[in-house]
Amino acid sequence: MGIAPTPGLPQVIPARAGLSAVRSARGPEKPNYLAAILFLAPAGILLVVFLLYPAIYTVLLSFNRGRNGVFGEWVGLDNYIRLFSDPDFLNLGTFPPSGALWNNVLWIVFYTSIVIFLGLIIAVVAARVRYESMIKAIVFIPMAIAATALAVIWKFVYSPDANIGLLNAVLGTIGVSPISWLGDERIVNFALIGVGIWGSVGFATVILSAAVKSIPAEIIESARVEGASERQVFFRIILPMVSLPISVLAVTLVVNVIKLFDLIYVMTFGGPGKASRVIAFTMYQQAFQAGQYGYGSAVAVVMLVVLVPIMVFNVRRFRTKAVT
Amino acid sequence: MSGGVLAEPLAGSRPHTPAGRIVATLNRSAVHVVLGLIGVVWLVPTIGLFVTSFRPRSDIQATGWWDIVQLHLTLDNYRQVLEAQGMLQAFVNTVFIAVPSTLLPLAICALAAYAFSWIRFPMRDTLFLIVIAFLLVPVQVAFIPLLTMFRDLVPDLQLTRNYGAIWLAHTAFALPFGIFLLRNFFITLPPDMIEAARMDGAGDMKIFSQIIVPVSVPAIAAYGIFQFLWVWNDLLMALVFVQDSSKFPMTRAIQNLLSQYGTEWHLLAAGAFLLMIVPLIVFFSLQRYFVQGLLAGSIK
Repeated sequence: MGIAPTPGLPQVIPARAGLSAVRSARGPEKPNYLAAILFLAPAGILLVVFLLYPAIYTVLLSFNRGRNGVFGEWVGLDNYIRLFSDPDFLNLGTFPPSGALWNNVLWIVFYTSIVIFLGLIIAVVAARVRYESMIKAIVFIPMAIAATALAVIWKFVYSPDANIGLLNAVLGTIGVSPISWLGDERIVNFALIGVGIWGSVGFATVILSAAVKSIPAEIIESARVEGASERQVFFRIILPMVSLPISVLAVTLVVNVIKLFDLIYVMTFGGPGKASRVIAFTMYQQAFQAGQYGYGSAVAVVMLVVLVPIMVFNVRRFRTKAVT
Repeated sequence: MSGGVLAEPLAGSRPHTPAGRIVATLNRSAVHVVLGLIGVVWLVPTIGLFVTSFRPRSDIQATGWWDIVQLHLTLDNYRQVLEAQGMLQAFVNTVFIAVPSTLLPLAICALAAYAFSWIRFPMRDTLFLIVIAFLLVPVQVAFIPLLTMFRDLVPDLQLTRNYGAIWLAHTAFALPFGIFLLRNFFITLPPDMIEAARMDGAGDMKIFSQIIVPVSVPAIAAYGIFQFLWVWNDLLMALVFVQDSSKFPMTRAIQNLLSQYGTEWHLLAAGAFLLMIVPLIVFFSLQRYFVQGLLAGSIK
């Protein structure tokens, strides 16, 4: 899954030192404008030209027809109205609901919870055996691999031909006839989410393993001496003590889902039909295949808006974090 | 390993009755079974594709890769995908894209991170919080404006026909995370070290290049590896910003293979492994830095 998170990863890396550390960090007594400008100019220019300006441009373009990517005909909220009345984007009128945005919801619910669940299980259980580092390395390998390669690996596993696809071959031995994992619109999203989980559990395991190991040994020892069962140790001590890393991890995974693209593009191209589209796929498809730049901008803005609360959360958390 | 107490319950709490011992052994076996199963599920799909990449096309069509009775191995698939399908060129293109897209952000982030940690100037905190806010801006918001800008403002540079567009895009979007990560490392360096250098009359450039960078090699390496693999593995940015098919990276070449020969598994398997080989080497040889990059300054 790429190193999955990447630009999404950041917030999993909580500040080792918050802003108070900035204040305590010493520069010379007087502000040094010249040095500040010289050191910050390359980053500042790039951020303004390639990030800030485009973001503002895209927000404005989302209120425009945006032919050829330039401002022409202003259409107000038209793009947004079309977007949210497009059943391929969000259709709450059926049961189960469907559409790209709904698929992101499915991903958030199942991918996030199962990745955390498996990551925690592996972190805790593997800590009891001698080959712990090997198990962690094995589940971590997919993190190093491109989503494009994961897609090929799993398209192969999911092949409807039982002579090629391992999954259908295994099911065949117990008499189940081959299933078209990626060709059935009721199944495809869950098949994809399965690949996403496979790709990200290693990340969760490494994060949670570090968190579990940071629990002071005496606490667990004394609980065991007091006669706590392993189950009680897990639910009463380990789980509460890793709840913060879990929440940070959950946020990272949600960001991952909102930015999810490569895997869908390579494995199903949003299909069959439009069944497995997600929001980032819709943005790409509308802008670059349908050539609807204003409409595509509106989709990008929806992505941005969904991420804003997490941005605010990050900034506030960082701001209030004391130096540790 | 260093599981500490988690590795095993205390000796005193071990069951002494025979029945208790049986239960404990069963629990132990259950642990091994669960972990063994996990190991299988996480290894077998990749191994399957790996084996397939060495099997002749006719064999792949006839039997599953797990049928090791008739195992003939060949390098033909690799030869074919490298030469006939242009994967060798794509490999070189990926290197051309990934190296500058790693080195540029490294240098620029290190400079900015130094300013945010050791130069005093007004609004430093505010600017840094803005950088943190930028962390989550999705690349999608930049696609249309950047393409329009490259097309209309600097048409002569042909940025989407050469590597200019993708270098710039990768670099810009790497900055918030890189600055954040390196600044959080630089801030932990002892102030006395920097103060002493200042007393001796060293300027900021000298402090940066001769003190900060040398002692920060582990953090810079961790970030560099992270960024390199990110670019190496990227498909989306390459789809948008590389428009000359002779300059496509491997991710795009494989995507093309897949849309043209969706069931030619001998080509797809070999292609996928060529894409994976560098990240796997990096992962196994530099695992420590790699994981550090992910955990940097993390949940302790």
